[in-house]
Amino acid sequence: MAASPHTLSSRLLTGWGGGCIWYLERRVTRESPRRFLHLLRNVNQQWVTFQHFNFLRHMYVTQLNRSLKQQIKPKPEPAESPFLEKTSLDEAKAEICEMRPLVPPSLSLSRKPSEKALIEPEPTSVIEGSIDLGKETKEEKQWKEMKLRVDDLPGILARLSKIKLTALVVSTTSAGFALAPAPFDWSCFLLTFVGTGLASCAANSINQFFEVPFDSNMNRTKNRPLVRGQISPLLAVSFATCCAVPGVALLTWGVNPLTGALGLFNIFLYTCCYTPLKRVSIANTWVGAVVGAIPPVMGWTAATGSLDAGACLLGGILYSWQFPHFNALSWGLREDYSRGGYCMMSVTHPALCRRVALRHCLALLAMCVAAPALDVTTWTFPVIALPINLYISYLGFRFYRDADRKSSRKLFFCSLWHLPLLLLLMLTCKRRAGEEGTGAPQS
Amino acid sequence: MAPRRPAKRLVTALCRAFSGRGCQLAPKRGAERRDAAPSRVSRFCPPRKSRHDWIGPPDKYSNLRPIHFYIPENESPLEQKLRELRQETQEWNQQFWADQNLTFHKEKEEFVRSRLKAKGLDLRTASGQKATLNAEEMAEFYKEFLSKNFQKHMYYNRDWYKRNFAITFFMGKVALERIWNKLRPKQKKTSS
Repeated sequence: MAASPHTLSSRLLTGWGGGCIWYLERRVTRESPRRFLHLLRNVNQQWVTFQHFNFLRHMYVTQLNRSLKQQIKPKPEPAESPFLEKTSLDEAKAEICEMRPLVPPSLSLSRKPSEKALIEPEPTSVIEGSIDLGKETKEEKQWKEMKLRVDDLPGILARLSKIKLTALVVSTTSAGFALAPAPFDWSCFLLTFVGTGLASCAANSINQFFEVPFDSNMNRTKNRPLVRGQISPLLAVSFATCCAVPGVALLTWGVNPLTGALGLFNIFLYTCCYTPLKRVSIANTWVGAVVGAIPPVMGWTAATGSLDAGACLLGGILYSWQFPHFNALSWGLREDYSRGGYCMMSVTHPALCRRVALRHCLALLAMCVAAPALDVTTWTFPVIALPINLYISYLGFRFYRDADRKSSRKLFFCSLWHLPLLLLLMLTCKRRAGEEGTGAPQS
Repeated sequence: MAPRRPAKRLVTALCRAFSGRGCQLAPKRGAERRDAAPSRVSRFCPPRKSRHDWIGPPDKYSNLRPIHFYIPENESPLEQKLRELRQETQEWNQQFWADQNLTFHKEKEEFVRSRLKAKGLDLRTASGQKATLNAEEMAEFYKEFLSKNFQKHMYYNRDWYKRNFAITFFMGKVALERIWNKLRPKQKKTSS
């Protein structure tokens, strides 16, 4: 379950992280060659090993032997032969090992070649002698025993269940609960809170279970527990089951069957529809938006016991929000999506991607106007929400027109604060019981 | 405690025999490396007293982390089946992704080269760095790559899901078998 599957999750806080890192990475890779060359000039026949760039954790190994420098990205021709032409693997392997760089492939294969200092390698025997020893020891140190330590388990499970995303999902559910026109019942609230949280953990774990090789190939997701082998697939599935069963049970019998059914449906939608669909069709984005829209609806149904217009409106707001958020983010990830085989609008239908983002920014505006009409909020709400809605629509329009990285980033970062603020404004303008309203009678 | 050298040789031999990989103790080069099994094997060998699998750094081509599987002395047929399935899946996965990433990289280079040529630009800028196309121009390549490889991705997805489920299922069976084995001697004790 996700507020927005591929978005809030690793986008939001990993995605504050993710978005920031993405931006910073660009800057560093532009700056690093200068720093790199500066280093080379100052060193004279020294080993300059393993420069760590903090947040990227990429290692650059430079070995100076007069004019000898090592190529950072793997040379395409010899590297390709064992895998594409299936020639004598042993010889090719020997060749590759001799010239092997130490930079993780995610850097070498997905970054633009312009950012590397390209160098010609010397005869292999020279390289072999000095590099291999250092490389092998270093490589051996990176091997980790796949032994589960109980101390690490909470942290591992937190990352497996995408705890930050779960927290966001649960907060949208809480917002739905608080906005519902029913007296605030603390016990019901807590049961909904825990039940939804467990259901979200289960769905996220299964999602990670399905996506191990894909996650390995994308920078954003390559440090997940299953990718790093910190937990076995069996344990991940068991954990998911141990979360899903009590979670849904709690919602069904502790709250009401409708909320339980929605929770179960959402888990199914996220794991069995959205996750596989990501690699099949761009329709995944719409399915994912529904997945993100359901939690606040669950909060509402938990409080009122019924699926009325207000619930649908709240769901609609979350649904529409997903599009500017995700489409803007995916604009900068097109290369990774293409290489990983993900069918995303930003890759296959870029014009549609921008159009949809803009369309839903405007839909958000319209829905905020509908809120008082449906007795969810007072008429103050659309008025005070107008500035932020207009702003995001403006950024959506800029993204639509300019279609560049700058506008996509601006839209993405705006969406990050737009939603919490919007929900907060809704809460402050909530229509209290007994107030005169123009909408339908409360259920 | 057994002397180190024969133990080391034994471990090496066992590693080679069972995992079918060149489990060599660093540093080895030249002929030794060429004798290694035809796959991108690591020269890593886990410590003798370890009784767990070991996972390595991401492979530089496939980005997947290789696992060195531990073979217990009293491995049951089910455990062996699981290990072989995992080993085979790992090799299949590594092959696919290495191929995928390298093809992507190669085709991307070709695309950039052809576009630059069409524009009449040099392959290198004035500062000596490699010339690149902007994001919008590259987007055309990404779209083309994705649609060209769609069928391949579909087959991969299907196979990956099958294998993933199978491995997890067998892991479950193995876990149950182990629990059962642990309980059985106790049952015998209580009955006698």
